[in-house]
Amino acid sequence: MTTTTETAVTISVNGSDVSVAAGDTILDACTAAGVDTPTICYGPTLTPVNACRVCVVELEGSRTLVPSCSRPVEEGMVVQTETERVNHSRKMVLEFLGSGVDLSQAEEITGWMQQYGAQPERYDNPERMNEEVKIQDDLYVRDYDKCVLCYKCVEACGDDAQHTYAISVSGRGFGARIATEFDVSLPDSACVYCGNCVAVCPTNALQFKTEFDLRKMENWRPEDQSVTTTVCSYCGVGCNLELHTQDERIVKVTSPDDHSVTWGNLCIKGRFGWQYVHGDSDG
Amino acid sequence: MADLHFTDAVATDGERVAIDLALGDNRATEAEGERVVRGGASRRRGLRHLLLPALHALQKESGWISPGGLNYVSEVLQVPPAESYGVASFYEMFRVDTEPGHDDDVVHVCIDPACRIDGADELIASLEAEGKHVHRSPCLGQCERPPAVFIQGRKAPDVVPADAEPFVLPQAGDGNLQLLKRLGVVDPTSLESYLEHGGYQALTRALEMGPEAVLEAITDAGLSGRGGAAFPTGIKWTAVREAEGADKHIVANCDESEPGTFKDRMVMEHDPFALVEAMTIAAVTTGASNGWIYIRGEYPQATGRLENAIAQARDAGLLGDDVAGSGQSFELEVRRGAGAYICGEETALFNSLEGFRGEPRNKPPFPTTNGLFDQPTVINNPETLLNIVPIVLEGAEAYRSRGTERSPGTRLFCVSGRVVTPGLYEHAFGATLGDVIAAAGGAEGDVQAVLLGGAAGSFVTADSMDLPLTLEATREAGTTLGSGVVMVFNASDDLVDVCQRIAEFFKNESCGQCVPCRVGAVRQHEMIVAIGSKPMPQDKRDLHEDMVKVMADASICGLGHTAASAIKSALALGLIGADQ
Ligand SMILES: Cc1cc2nc3c(=O)[nH]c(=O)nc-3n(C[C@H](O)[C@H](O)[C@H](O)COP(=O)(O)O)c2cc1C
Ligand code: SF4
Ligand code: SF4
Ligand code: SF4
Ligand code: FES
Ligand code: FES
Repeated sequence: MTTTTETAVTISVNGSDVSVAAGDTILDACTAAGVDTPTICYGPTLTPVNACRVCVVELEGSRTLVPSCSRPVEEGMVVQTETERVNHSRKMVLEFLGSGVDLSQAEEITGWMQQYGAQPERYDNPERMNEEVKIQDDLYVRDYDKCVLCYKCVEACGDDAQHTYAISVSGRGFGARIATEFDVSLPDSACVYCGNCVAVCPTNALQFKTEFDLRKMENWRPEDQSVTTTVCSYCGVGCNLELHTQDERIVKVTSPDDHSVTWGNLCIKGRFGWQYVHGDSDG
Repeated sequence: MADLHFTDAVATDGERVAIDLALGDNRATEAEGERVVRGGASRRRGLRHLLLPALHALQKESGWISPGGLNYVSEVLQVPPAESYGVASFYEMFRVDTEPGHDDDVVHVCIDPACRIDGADELIASLEAEGKHVHRSPCLGQCERPPAVFIQGRKAPDVVPADAEPFVLPQAGDGNLQLLKRLGVVDPTSLESYLEHGGYQALTRALEMGPEAVLEAITDAGLSGRGGAAFPTGIKWTAVREAEGADKHIVANCDESEPGTFKDRMVMEHDPFALVEAMTIAAVTTGASNGWIYIRGEYPQATGRLENAIAQARDAGLLGDDVAGSGQSFELEVRRGAGAYICGEETALFNSLEGFRGEPRNKPPFPTTNGLFDQPTVINNPETLLNIVPIVLEGAEAYRSRGTERSPGTRLFCVSGRVVTPGLYEHAFGATLGDVIAAAGGAEGDVQAVLLGGAAGSFVTADSMDLPLTLEATREAGTTLGSGVVMVFNASDDLVDVCQRIAEFFKNESCGQCVPCRVGAVRQHEMIVAIGSKPMPQDKRDLHEDMVKVMADASICGLGHTAASAIKSALALGLIGADQ
C-alpha cells in the first residue's frame, strides 16, 4: 500500500510515481504500484539472499539489472519492469531452472515459465540435479531433484527462524547441494523437526511425508482439501495452526507468514504432533 | 536457541594438537563454558574467521577434512558443523571425500591454457603412472613455466618444485622499470637489503605529507585498480578515510587466480617488503589499523616471504602499535585461501576470510563502508598498491609522464604461451600488443590468437598487433586488459580444446549462488563441447547470445558477467564454430 509518511521515498515504476517507506525495497514499490513480480528466493520473513535473480528490474544508471527483492529504494530511482531486457533475463532464469530441476510440483514457477515463454527444451542433454529422494523419517522427505537452491530452507533453519543450523549449502557451482555435515541423515544431524524449512520451500523439494505418500498413491487432491485455523494447544505460546485436511485426515500443518507469534514458523509439536491425533505416529 | 549438536565422530589426538597449534591462543571455549550459538552478525565477530586456518591444519594433518576433525574445529570455534562442512566443501584444497588414496600428498597439475598447450596432459599421465595422487587444477599462477605443478603435502610443507630454479626477470637492468626495479636485485628475505634499495622512503614521505596530500597525489596521478575492474584508487581510499567507524581494514587481494596471471606472485616473492610498505601507507592514509593479506593457498613461497617480511617490519617498529613513530597502529596478518577463483572477487574474499562460504555479496553496499566484518575497507590488488610508492615519492605529475592521459603510469603484463621468453614485463600504458610480444622475444610461429585479460577477458587475432594496451583503447576495441594477461597461441594450437577448457573453468569456478551463472556456465560448457570443431548452427549461436545476455545482465558478480566473454569472442572471430 502507498504510505505517505515523513520518511516516504518516491520512485518511478514504469513511468508512474509511487511512494513507499524508507527502507522498503524496489519489490515493495512494485507491489505498491500494482506491478506483479516473480520471486523465488525471496520470502517476506527471510533475509534476502538475492540468489535466483528472477525478480530483476532495470534501474536507470545501473549497468546491470538489479534484484528488486533486496535493493532498497532511493529517492528518485527510475525503474522499468517490462522492458525486453527484463523479460529476457526472467525468461532465461526460469528456462535455466527448468532445464535442470524437476519443477513438476512448483506450480507458481511453471506458471511464470509460461508467462515469460521459457523453453527449457532448447538445451541438448542438459546436466540435471540427478538426486534420489531422501526418506529418513516419517515426518518429511527431501527430494533435491526439485531443489532450485533458493537458500530459503537454510535461512529458516538458521539465522532467520530456527537457529538450529542443521543444514547448509555445500559444494560449489552446479554441484552445490543443501546438506547436513557429510550428508549425514537428518535423524543424526542437529535437525529438531520444526518443519520450518518445509514451510518455506517453493518447489516442494521438501514435503510432508503424508503428502509424499499420497502423491505416490496418486491420491493428493488439493482441490478436495480444506483448511481449518486453530491455536496450537501443546504449550502457552499461542501459535496459529492451519490444519490442511483431506478425507477428514490432517495431511499437513502450516502457520500464516504474517502471524505475529509464528511468522510462519512452528515447532515439531505444532507441525507434526497431529500425527498423534490419528494414532498413527509410528508409521 | 540451541547448543551445537555433533555426530559421534571424534578427532584423533594428532588432529587436536594440529588444530590447537594453528589456533594458538584464540581458543576461547573452555573459559566460556555453556555457550550458545548466537545468530546473525554477532557470530561474525566471534572466532569464526579462524575457520580456514583451522581447516588448513586439519587437512595437513589428516590429508582430508575428517568428520571427527570437523567436529573438533566446529566445537572449538562454535560454528555449526553443517556450516563448517559447507565451507570446507567449497574449496579445492580441502577434501571431504573418501576416494582411495584421498589422504596422500596431492600433486596439483595445471590444466589451463598455457599449460595444456605445453605438456600438462603428458605430465599428468606420467605422474599417475607413478601412482601419484594427481589433482587437475585450474591455473596455478606459474604460466611462464608450464606445465605448472604445486604439491600439497600431507604432514609436510607445501612446495612448488619450480621455486628451486633461479629467478630471472627478463627486463633485469632496464632503467625504465618502476614497479619491478627491485625484483631480482633486492634480497627478498631481508629488511636491511630493502632499506638499502630505497625501502620505506615512501612511508616516511607519506607521513611528512599527511593523509590529505597523499590522497590528492593518488587522485591526481589517476591511479586505477589493477585487479581487473580499473576502479579509481583515489576515490576508494578517500571514501574509506571519510567513512564512519573506528575499525577499518586494508586488504591486499593476493588471491591471483585469473588464468594467465602470475604478476602478484612474482612481486610478493621477490619484493615482499614493498607490498607491506604500500599497505602501511594505505593504513596511515585512511586511518585503518587492521591489515590482511589474503593469498591464494597455492603460493607457499610468497606466503613464507610475506610472513617473514611482516615479522621483520614488526621487529623494526614499522608495524604494530606505533608505526614508524607516527602514533598510529597497524597490524598485518596473512591469511591463506584454499583454492577458489571466486574468492578473488572482493566481497567473496571478505566472506571467505570471515569463515563463511566464498560467495559474493550483493552490492551496494560497497566495501568502502561495509567491507570486511561489515566495516570500512580498502581492498586493492598488490600491483595497484605498488604504484603508491612512486606516486608518493615523485608526485602525480612525474607519475603521469608515463602512460597516456587516460591511462597514466605503467602496467605489468603476464606474457605466456607461444613467445620466446615468457615472463613478467612492465610497460608504460600505450605500448601496443605487438610491442609487448616483441619485448618477450616475439611469437613462436604464426600467431593464431591472443587471449587478453585472462579467461574473463577475450581473444583477439594477429590483426590487433597495433592495439595500444590502454584502458580506453581496449575498451573501445571491445576487449580488456583485465589482470594484464597476454597469452599467445600459434597456428599449431587447438583453440577448440582451449575454449572447451575455458568454458569448463567457469563451470567449475562458479560459486553456484545465482542461477544465471550456476546454470549458464554449465549450459555454455555443454554447448561448446557438443559443437567441438563443427560449425555452430545459427540457432545455437542465438541461444549462446541469449545466455551471454542473461549472464552479463542478471548475475550477482563479475564472474558471471564475464563467464561467456572469451567464448563469445572466439565465436565472433571464427576461432571456433566457423563454417568450414
Ligand atoms: C571472479 C573474480 C575474481 C577476481 N580475482 C581477483 C584477484 O585475484 N585479485 C584482485 O586483485 N582482484 C580480483 N578481482 C577483482 C576484485 O573484485 C576487486 O575489484 C579488486 O581486488 C580491487 O582492487 P583494485 O581496485 O586494486 O583492482 C576479481 C573479481 C572477480 C569478479
Ligand atoms: S526441520 Fe527445522 S531443524 Fe530440521 S532442517 Fe528443517 S528447519 Fe532445520
Ligand atoms: S530445498 Fe527447497 S527451500 Fe531449500 S534450497 Fe531447495 S528449493 Fe529452496
Ligand atoms: S555470478 Fe557466479 S560466481 Fe558470482 S555470485 Fe553468481 S554464481 Fe556466484
Ligand atoms: S527473488 Fe529476488 S533474487 Fe530471488
Ligand atoms: S599455471 Fe597453467 S595456465 Fe597458469
